[in-house]
Amino acid sequence: MSTRPIVAASPEALQIVTFDATMEARIAELLPRYPTRRAAILPLLWLCQERFGWISPGVVRAVAARLGESPAFVEGVVSFYTMYQTAPPARYVLQVCTTISCAWCGGRELVAHLKERLGISFGEKTPDGVFQLVGVQCLGACGQAPVIQINDDYYENLDIAKLDAILDELAGRS
Amino acid sequence: MEPVLLRARGVPDSRSIATYLAAGGYEGWKKALGMGPDAVTKEVLDSELRGRGGAGFPTGRKWSFVPKDHPGPRYLVCNADESEPGTFKDREIIEYDPHQVVEGVAIASFAIKANTAYIYIRGEFVRWARILEDAIAEARQRGFLGKNVMGSGFDLDVWVHRGAGAYICGEETALLESIEGKRGFPRLKPPFPAVVGVFGQPTVINNVETLACVPHIIVRGAAWFASIGRPKNTGPKLFCVSGHVNRPGVFELPLGVTFREIIEEHAGGVRGGRQLKAFFPGGSSAPILTAAEVDTMADFDACAAAGTMLGSGGIIVFDDTVDMVDVADNVAHFYAHESCGQCTPCREGSDWCMDILDRIVAGHGRPADPDTLLRICRFSSAGMTICPLGDAFALPISSIVNKYRSEFERRIASATPLPQKKQPVLPWAGPCPGFGI
Ligand SMILES: Cc1cc2nc3c(=O)[nH]c(=O)nc-3n(C[C@H](O)[C@H](O)[C@H](O)COP(=O)(O)O)c2cc1C
Ligand code: FES
Repeated sequence: MSTRPIVAASPEALQIVTFDATMEARIAELLPRYPTRRAAILPLLWLCQERFGWISPGVVRAVAARLGESPAFVEGVVSFYTMYQTAPPARYVLQVCTTISCAWCGGRELVAHLKERLGISFGEKTPDGVFQLVGVQCLGACGQAPVIQINDDYYENLDIAKLDAILDELAGRS
Repeated sequence: MEPVLLRARGVPDSRSIATYLAAGGYEGWKKALGMGPDAVTKEVLDSELRGRGGAGFPTGRKWSFVPKDHPGPRYLVCNADESEPGTFKDREIIEYDPHQVVEGVAIASFAIKANTAYIYIRGEFVRWARILEDAIAEARQRGFLGKNVMGSGFDLDVWVHRGAGAYICGEETALLESIEGKRGFPRLKPPFPAVVGVFGQPTVINNVETLACVPHIIVRGAAWFASIGRPKNTGPKLFCVSGHVNRPGVFELPLGVTFREIIEEHAGGVRGGRQLKAFFPGGSSAPILTAAEVDTMADFDACAAAGTMLGSGGIIVFDDTVDMVDVADNVAHFYAHESCGQCTPCREGSDWCMDILDRIVAGHGRPADPDTLLRICRFSSAGMTICPLGDAFALPISSIVNKYRSEFERRIASATPLPQKKQPVLPWAGPCPGFGI
């Protein structure tokens, strides 16, 4: 069960978003896969997160309207899953595995290093909006511990030197 | 043993359909279409294949529960949620041999006469979802999927459905809810999914590895499959070894090898020349085994006899530097975070265990704590909850308390009372204290 902080939404975030022709084309591909429109909620939320960067209240309203659900129902779905961003994320979201194999094979040291290097704790973003640190549960890559998922990509068998090199490269790209 | 499920690992361009076909791929699918659904189910039944997702239920039997006279659609669901801590085998299959999964999905769908199949994959596996989608597109292009497959009159669509971060969606009924576009709340059983599953229709849910076995059974026969392993525990199995070993990884071995062989020979033994202390035999939901139990056979029945379970085959190894109180605490954090919250014993029990263990770890344990933990575990398991997540945290935690009680008592003996002011209660179940919260 995801238990996320409630963030007051800005007036813009409340504005219902509109789906353009490209988005509608992708929705049209999705709908025939399922016998109900409701079943398209998760995939449509993924499309929206890709497109708008996060699931704002305005996205929730648009998804609800498009699929014939109430915004409350869609919000209930969004809040259950940990991967839908309900606040604008940093450019790179560092999702560090904190479960057993990672914890005992160097994960704790990575977290301590990240906190020190970035000056932030779990759940926080760097002031420049480049990095965000999140503690996550087992990523299903325990044989390659310790593991960090950065946005969509897995980084495995890490140590502090490798992690620093990755962060330097990402920071340079921003 | 000769690799079966992992035969493509290390082969160049192993993911492409051309490589798969060159290795005899989709022969099982062609053969199955000629055999007919009942003969396919019978072959799988005779192979004694048992589910690789955790519970070890006989696959052919599960398929035969789908009502024969059902007038509406039926569905096949492939469980690629791979969320049990210590498990990373389905990802290995998908990475090297996605067509093996697609072929297994196709044969199983045909056996239960389902014209639609969903592969439910955890949201984090973005790369592996894409690999599957590419494989499905290739298979469709070659006529192995779609309308009138290879002129048989059988139609089959396969779709990848991505989860979005929730361990509980690996539980089959929560998974079905998640496909339907809802919160992942497990359903009360019965009715079982084979009768009332996704969208209210008969549905069979099988793990990736289970389905990957199916093409081999059809091509090489039930007798060949049953000749691997032990009676009632047949076939090759992927064992994932992680933690304190020299060579962590996925190893394909016959069911019935000992944990000693897996850990010492295949995974290269405990790293740094240290001693083995304990290991989870089948993901963190399985009761822990001690170093003295390392000669247990790694199969469903031998693990059950040893009071634990083979689960998903995720073996997590601890060396003699590990404090088992810390392990229990990390486990409690996982399940407290992942409980869906429907059932009070699971939601509150996992949270309460976590609070007690955090307090012991912080140096404020109390003499009554071990027994309190055991009591909480007792009322959270054995049918007190809708789904087995209650057991999934209660069994490992109580096994650690029972087998390593002296470590708890040692910490408690040197504990100081909790400072007068109550510690601030964390508003959410985050990472365990080792991460500096
Ligand atoms: C809490 C919980 C989590 C589970 N997670 C998974 C999982 O990640 N992958 C999986 O295949 N099965 C998982 N299962 C088991 C499934 O419910 C189901 O038994 C399995 O997918 C059936 O496939 P099989 O018969 O091929 O083993 C989980 C069960 C529970 C209770
Ligand atoms: S424990 Fe970190 S990926 Fe499984």
